[in-house]
Amino acid sequence: MNQARQNILKRLRDGRQQGFAVPTSDFAVVRERNWTAAEKLDLFQQKIESVHGEVHRVAAERWIQELIRLLAEKKLGNLLVSDIKAHGLELREQWHESLPPLLAYDRKIESWKEQLFTQVDAAVTGCRGAIAETGSLILWPDEDEPRLMSLVPPVHFVLLQADQIYSTFIEAMAEQGWATQGMPTNALLISGPSKTADIEQTLAYGVHGPKELVVLVLE
Amino acid sequence: MSAQPIQVREFHPRVQAALNNPQIRSNFRRAMDGLMTKRTAAFAGWDLETLRELGAAVRLRALSRLPELLEQLEANLVQQGVQVHWAETGEQACEIIRDICQARGAKSVIKGKSMVTEEMELNHYLEAAGIEALESDLGEYIVQLAEETPSHIIMPAIHKNTDEISELMHEKTGTRRSHDVDYLTASARQQLREKFMRADVGISGVNFAVAETGTLCLVENEGNGRLTTTAPPCHIAVTGIEKVVEKLEDVTPLLALLTRSATGQHITTYFNMISSPRKAAEKDGPEAVHLVLVDSGRSNIYQDQELLDTLRCIRCGACMNHCPVYTRVGGHAYGTTYPGPIGKILMPHLLGLEDTRDLPSASTLCGACGEVCPVKIPIPKLLQRLRKEAVDGDSLQPSRVAGHGIKRRWLESLVWSGWTRMHASPGLYRFAGRMMGRLRGLMPSKLGAWTRYRSAPKPAAKTLHQLMQERSVKSQAVKQESKG
Ligand code: SF4
Repeated sequence: MNQARQNILKRLRDGRQQGFAVPTSDFAVVRERNWTAAEKLDLFQQKIESVHGEVHRVAAERWIQELIRLLAEKKLGNLLVSDIKAHGLELREQWHESLPPLLAYDRKIESWKEQLFTQVDAAVTGCRGAIAETGSLILWPDEDEPRLMSLVPPVHFVLLQADQIYSTFIEAMAEQGWATQGMPTNALLISGPSKTADIEQTLAYGVHGPKELVVLVLE
Repeated sequence: MSAQPIQVREFHPRVQAALNNPQIRSNFRRAMDGLMTKRTAAFAGWDLETLRELGAAVRLRALSRLPELLEQLEANLVQQGVQVHWAETGEQACEIIRDICQARGAKSVIKGKSMVTEEMELNHYLEAAGIEALESDLGEYIVQLAEETPSHIIMPAIHKNTDEISELMHEKTGTRRSHDVDYLTASARQQLREKFMRADVGISGVNFAVAETGTLCLVENEGNGRLTTTAPPCHIAVTGIEKVVEKLEDVTPLLALLTRSATGQHITTYFNMISSPRKAAEKDGPEAVHLVLVDSGRSNIYQDQELLDTLRCIRCGACMNHCPVYTRVGGHAYGTTYPGPIGKILMPHLLGLEDTRDLPSASTLCGACGEVCPVKIPIPKLLQRLRKEAVDGDSLQPSRVAGHGIKRRWLESLVWSGWTRMHASPGLYRFAGRMMGRLRGLMPSKLGAWTRYRSAPKPAAKTLHQLMQERSVKSQAVKQESKG
């Protein structure tokens, strides 16, 4: 199909209009916001709640108790959590037998696809911050918290540090140096639980991904 | 699946049928009204004009460097382990995809939403090759169950109401009849999860392809796009060559415009950026990722300074939602993959004017589409251009769209050249005007399609010139009298 490549590129080069007038791109309209940290947190919460996301602000040292409370409230039977990342180790250390069992994503998906798809009730992951303007969480899945972890279980808990909220998407990608340091296999913005309005515009949640997205904001 | 083959040319009867179908009309009316209101609300507080200008500038900059950016995209993706393929036609793209599937011994394919694969009728092609292709976007899934085609590029099943969907799912999948949308959605989830677990290949579209970083971006709400691109061992992304943008930051204004214009959302649930297949230490994700770049007429559009604007489109569907014609006839009446205003300016290039001759005329030129288009495509101007192309009607600009001149009729062009001559000569103009006044009784009362909904025009007994002349003669006389 190299011929196709050549033909397409040739047609584009030969046919290109001379003197393409390209206006400059001024990104001010998507960049300039001056929100304080408190405003950013409020806006983030308001935006993500407006699309059915759940937010709980907790003191940093109390997040595990809060998570335990939510697991009980939502009657969840088990929890998938990293066994390598700091928050995973912390959680595992404080866990005890009477609580729902903890699972680990410690092998390749091929060896436990069926189990992940049918038997895991909830997962908890970290994130790389959030975006106030759109109420979005930034996730870069990796080997400790793989891609399907935030997608397949019906409930997804996310830990967000309150001081890691950016105003806009463009600010987040610039400050974290996305374009310069290279992109990971998969990067995600997650803004609420999975939803659809394909049946007569009626909203329904959890059509393919999590039905509930719960953010614990650590202050 | 045997969806109806597209009969693009039988446009008028289909329009008639749609207009006479109250169900279609009320389904679309309700949906489009809702979408228009939501879009307006979503842009509240924004300097929308400046944002649209930025969106247009970003797209135009990408187009100005299209061949270079495609090469850069390819080089980066290849370096990151993604295999890149080029297809001149939809047929070629189908072959490439089939070959990838067959080389892996794939029996089943799960699909995320992709209009370009609709365009090339990939599902039929794969099924003919013995590969099951299942749509996973809920709307596409419904449309596929019904053996239909999407009637809207963002909301494929918008033409159906809950009743119809419940009946369809009951009949095809054995769910109970129910008006409970949560129940229907959960049933679909159940059936599709099973498929996601077992699918050999996932096929998705692409919303933006970033050249700078070699990143494929997908915008969606359901999570089926993420599943399609993560759960099966192989992912094939398919995109038109125009979807490339230069820099990662270019994505930000386009995303802000896309979701608000499309459904009035400040963002969709997922914005999924993929840059490589699974790396050695990673525990999930496809081991093979392919990108198929499809031309299929796009490089021809690229040759024309004016028509080129068509390629800025980010497929938001706002032009449809605001189109008075689309709202009344619905998406199927057009008979093309892309309906509504964007379809009217895009399909003539993809299929040729021979098959799409009536589309550019199916517009009141009210201008709503151009006003809402997030990347400022001058759709009404392009419609006028395509109308000219259809009749070879512009002597200053050579026609170039395939099938141009298809609507040119000798009688009509004779009438128009007479019209031109008459308006160029004052004497001839007056003479013709007077003759029309004299012979006004002979004017037929039926004038084909024109008089179906209107009464025939009747020339006045006297021309404006005559009336003015008489007036000035009279007032001269009055002046004379008053002086005397
Ligand atoms: S032409 Fe403009 S309004 Fe219509 S789908 Fe494309 S981007 Fe949206």
